[in-house]
Amino acid sequence: MRAPAILLFLCWGLLGAAAPDSCVTCHSAVDDAAKGPAALIKNDVHIAHGLSCADCHGGDRASDDPEVSMSKGKGFLGKPARTAIPKFCARCHSNPDTMRKFAPRERVDQFELYQTSVHGKRLAAGDTNVATCIDCHSVHDIRAVKDSQSPVHPLRVAETCSRCHSDQHKMAAYKIPTNQFEQYRISVHWEAMTKRGDLSAPSCASCHGNHGAKPPQVESVAEVCGTCHVLFAELYDKSVHKAVFSGAGGGGGCVVCHSNHGIQQPSTAMLVGANAVCSGCHEANSPEANTAAQMAGWIDGLGAALKQSETVLASAEKYGMEVSEAQVRLIDGREDLVKSRLELHLMQPVEMRKPIDAGMAVAKETLKAGQDALHEKDIRRYGLAVSVVLIAIAMTAIRGLIRRIESNGAAVTGGAGK
Amino acid sequence: MPATERKANALDWLDERTGWRMVRDLMDHKVVPIHAGTAWYYFGGITLFLIGVQLFTGILLLLYYRPTVAEAFDSVRFLMTRVEFGWLIRSIHSWSANLLIFCAFIHMFSVVFTHAYRRPRELTWLSGIALLGLMLGFGFSGYLLPWNQISYFATKVGTDMAGTMPVAGPTLARLLRGGEDVGAATLTRFFDFHVIILPLISFALIGLHVLLVQQHGMSTPGGIPATRLAQMKFFPNFFLRELMVWYGVLAVLGTLAAIFPWELGEKADPFASAPAGIRPEWYFLAEFYTLKLIPSHVWIIEGELLGLLGFGLLAAVWVLLPFWEVNRTKVATGVAVFLICYLAVFTFLGYVK
Repeated sequence: MRAPAILLFLCWGLLGAAAPDSCVTCHSAVDDAAKGPAALIKNDVHIAHGLSCADCHGGDRASDDPEVSMSKGKGFLGKPARTAIPKFCARCHSNPDTMRKFAPRERVDQFELYQTSVHGKRLAAGDTNVATCIDCHSVHDIRAVKDSQSPVHPLRVAETCSRCHSDQHKMAAYKIPTNQFEQYRISVHWEAMTKRGDLSAPSCASCHGNHGAKPPQVESVAEVCGTCHVLFAELYDKSVHKAVFSGAGGGGGCVVCHSNHGIQQPSTAMLVGANAVCSGCHEANSPEANTAAQMAGWIDGLGAALKQSETVLASAEKYGMEVSEAQVRLIDGREDLVKSRLELHLMQPVEMRKPIDAGMAVAKETLKAGQDALHEKDIRRYGLAVSVVLIAIAMTAIRGLIRRIESNGAAVTGGAGK
Repeated sequence: MPATERKANALDWLDERTGWRMVRDLMDHKVVPIHAGTAWYYFGGITLFLIGVQLFTGILLLLYYRPTVAEAFDSVRFLMTRVEFGWLIRSIHSWSANLLIFCAFIHMFSVVFTHAYRRPRELTWLSGIALLGLMLGFGFSGYLLPWNQISYFATKVGTDMAGTMPVAGPTLARLLRGGEDVGAATLTRFFDFHVIILPLISFALIGLHVLLVQQHGMSTPGGIPATRLAQMKFFPNFFLRELMVWYGVLAVLGTLAAIFPWELGEKADPFASAPAGIRPEWYFLAEFYTLKLIPSHVWIIEGELLGLLGFGLLAAVWVLLPFWEVNRTKVATGVAVFLICYLAVFTFLGYVK
């Protein structure tokens, strides 16, 4: 009984086990640069989907004879030329039928977009220094974008772009700056991405595109920012600055005040004071500069008023007073503060005054609620003091009554006395 | 007819119809022994006073409280912020509930240390223990009623524990919750327990307890006959002293309510994750902490089940104290000391860990 069972098991092993891949077997055995792909490929997303070296490079992976496995007759393509890489990948990635089998939700227009990009156009012109697919996605250990170890994962994509764009030597020929990554790493967007873990925060590709990478032009930069900052963009479009900044020599939309890669947390210091961005165009004490200072004062005033309310409410809460309704109401005030900062982009003080007034009303109302709660706390303590005194008087009176009743000793009987 | 005669006639008329002179005679003849442990007698009275406070403040709270998931929290917040002295009533109700259980524990342990549970007072002891259990039930059911985040999740944990009891556990948990999870049905049930079922049983048991105390008189240390000890009349001598103590307790309650008002917290959100450091009220904390310490499995028995079985065994030993303690004074005292040490240490650890 045992022998047939073992035989059956061995047959199953031979038939059921994965067929050996001669590409991996041979490339693992060599000691030169050709070993690289075989060592890397175990983590590749294509392998995880059941593809093999031969699915990209052609050839016959079933043959152990290099003359056969890498023969033109078997369709062997070898290592593609650098200029041919995008097209090489596009054989599958631009084919909806192929992609549907492995990643049905994946886009198939990457190659098309790439050809419209600065990278694509330069590559087509014969410049092999520009990025192709493998420069960003790596090669042979290509990982899915959602894989945190992928060089194009949201947390790593900026660093990947910087490998070339921060290289002064490499960028010298193109005459473009190399400090973008350095600037980006001190920006609010980097902070949101890395410290708050917000993977939807923008990195290079969010503004410049990925496969169709192009720098936004002066006339389109507000549109780029506006894809996320929708309401700001709408108001900016209606403001006097829109025409001025977009015109010849204007410098271009949002970046005039906020810069581009190194965007900092905005504050009223941008409107008034030595570092005000307005002073670049408007002279000190000009009507425009005075209006900016006035608006900054409104924002700071509302911020301070809300802060005061928050402090008073927190103090009341510390004393155990129930102020949760006022604390919830304070959220409305904070929203008004955000709205006022938003309205600022319209550059019309009358419009900006509306959320400021609404916010100040909330601040006043919540401050009163907090002060009332603290006052109530004091009243409670006075009330307590009076009550305790009255109770003490009542206890003393009872004590006196007991003494009077027991003064003749008649109340205690028997035993040895008290 | 002279005024004194008219008054006597009126009192006779009243006595014929109500028998009030019997009560007066009872008050005239009731005495309290005077000895080193007389102070412990006051704790029964304090507990009764606090039950009265609970009844009074509870009725006032009922004027505003709405026992539905949608309205419970808001109605308590309305009471605390909009109703004149609403905060005081709720704070006193909450603080008084805690002081009540604390005093009930002191009363129970004083009975054990003075061996006042011995024959013929076994039923007085049993009714007292049942009353303590009911007070804990009041605490557990009342905790959920404001429907805030902490109470919601504490009730979830508490009813989960009840569900792990062998045989009757799942049924008990469903009975308490009115379903598979803590929800609207649980709030309605806990409200019914808190304001109808538990009070009705409590009134009956308090009546029985006081009646038995009256029947057997106050116990004396070492079983010395009361007649060999000095005694004071219950009314007015002892009663006036008790009244002084009640005033003192009222001052403590007012101070706690004014300086540390009972907080309301956030409205319960069943979809939110449980708040960090969730734990029950202090009187369940020692048991809760013990269950946390027990490994998930001890041999083949679930840790939580083992813990509950242990508590059940300890409770049985404690409840049956008058029946096994005869001539085992030191053992009973030892068990009481062990229990006090265990409750104190584990409650403390439950807070700090």
